[in-house]
Amino acid sequence: MIRVAHLTVKYGAIAALTDVSFEVRPGSITAVLGANGAGKTTLLRTISSLMTPSQGEIFLGDTALVGQKTEDIARLGVAHVPEGRGVVAEFTVEENLRLGALSSPENSAHAVAAQFERFPVLAQRRKQYAATLSGGERQMLALARALVARPTVLLLDEPSLGLSPMVTADIMTTISTLSREEKLTVVLVEQNAKSALRIADHAVVLHVGTVVADAPAGDVANNDDLKRFYLGLVK
Amino acid sequence: MGGFLASRFMSDVFNGVANGIIFSLIALSLVVVWQSTNVLNFAQGAMATFATYIGMTQVEHGINIWLCMVISVVVGFIFGGLTERVLIRPLYGKPDINPIVVMVGFLGFLQFLAAAIWGNIPRILPSPFSQVFYTSKGHTIFLSPFVVFQILTAVTVMMIVALVFRFTTLGLKLRAAALAPEVARLLGVRVDRLLTFGWMISSAVGSFTAILVAMQNGSALSPSVMGSVFIFGFIAAAVGGLDSPIGAVVGGLLIGLVEQFTLDYWQANMAPVMALVVLIVVLMIRPRGLFTKNTQRRV
Repeated sequence: MIRVAHLTVKYGAIAALTDVSFEVRPGSITAVLGANGAGKTTLLRTISSLMTPSQGEIFLGDTALVGQKTEDIARLGVAHVPEGRGVVAEFTVEENLRLGALSSPENSAHAVAAQFERFPVLAQRRKQYAATLSGGERQMLALARALVARPTVLLLDEPSLGLSPMVTADIMTTISTLSREEKLTVVLVEQNAKSALRIADHAVVLHVGTVVADAPAGDVANNDDLKRFYLGLVK
Repeated sequence: MGGFLASRFMSDVFNGVANGIIFSLIALSLVVVWQSTNVLNFAQGAMATFATYIGMTQVEHGINIWLCMVISVVVGFIFGGLTERVLIRPLYGKPDINPIVVMVGFLGFLQFLAAAIWGNIPRILPSPFSQVFYTSKGHTIFLSPFVVFQILTAVTVMMIVALVFRFTTLGLKLRAAALAPEVARLLGVRVDRLLTFGWMISSAVGSFTAILVAMQNGSALSPSVMGSVFIFGFIAAAVGGLDSPIGAVVGGLLIGLVEQFTLDYWQANMAPVMALVVLIVVLMIRPRGLFTKNTQRRV
């Protein structure tokens, strides 16, 4: 379980997150929603210790994450796929996966082979540079690279960014399947609220750095006020 | 065949390659540091000279020349790590000009310190191989066993660096740390340690290069022995592209040949001028060097 408690993060004098608290249940998908500038990416970056909060705590089970190094958090089983996929464009598909497998508890060759089995399109492109992949393939690669280390928590930042509706639907289905099959705890940051709510169990809605809703995904999906004022889903 | 190998053209090629390989090594050490930390190490030559002094002056105490070379390289390796930890690490995230100013200051500091400890009088280093040119059927071929050793060891060092970077897990981590440090951290790679290691490798290569330079015929170990060599190495790195180890090697060989042909067919003073002309022309055509990809990185 991830527990975020009274988290405040600032960029200089400007607060990006203010007193944010919520919990993510093990094995669930929690969608973090909100408009541009709501603080969604800042939240994920703070969980991974890429940013330091000015106040508050984050726990993975009983382990406090604030103050730990990013690489140590990754080694605790937290895989973070950053906004824009974060694949190394100059590396081949296989090299990207080998990189992900470095903190894998199992033999890295086996771990990479397992991901090729899961994502056959990547197996076909194994010697191809990541820069030459399509947006959807790069997202698949980013997912596969995160999974190759056998994480328990997956932090996904805008996986649908720049993808067509059809590819977005595929990616969301993949995330949903992964969560169910691997018992993965997923924190899914998305601007595409409709797609995210379709697969999420729970939703946290952020508005200018504060939590305005923390409820089951179905409740958020059925709340016209939330959808109108914060998610832009109802005209 | 002997006549051709002894020709003026081939002697220039041999000398150009021998010097060029030195420039390549300096360029390679600059590229390794630039790739991993985006710092131009202007003190590279001075650091290498300092490490060489520590190792090679042990010859005067009767220690075997090969062991002295190993000591120099090991000292360079450690020196590189200490420099990154103490001088460079506090500057990450600060304005780009800061590490440049610090390294230029460090260059002066090390040169003065070396002069204060070991004096300014050049010290002739013993060469492990003869520096007498080979002859073939009465023709002098402008290659000596030392030059052959210099070329072979330099190529070996470059190949080891290339193989480590390309084919090992350590190389994969080093490249990831250099290309995408944040992503590497997110994947559990201990980037800080790798940045230090990049400086260590670079500094060790630099020390090895300084030994070769100081052992060359007509050269000797002095606090400023790497001065002009560093300038040519820097030009080579810029010509090849600061992001490209292959560019460093090719740039070094190109600048070595340009220098040699200029001094033989024109005059010695024009050699650095022509090297700079090559640099300007290359940068006008390919602003990031011959071997750096001009495509935007998509991540």
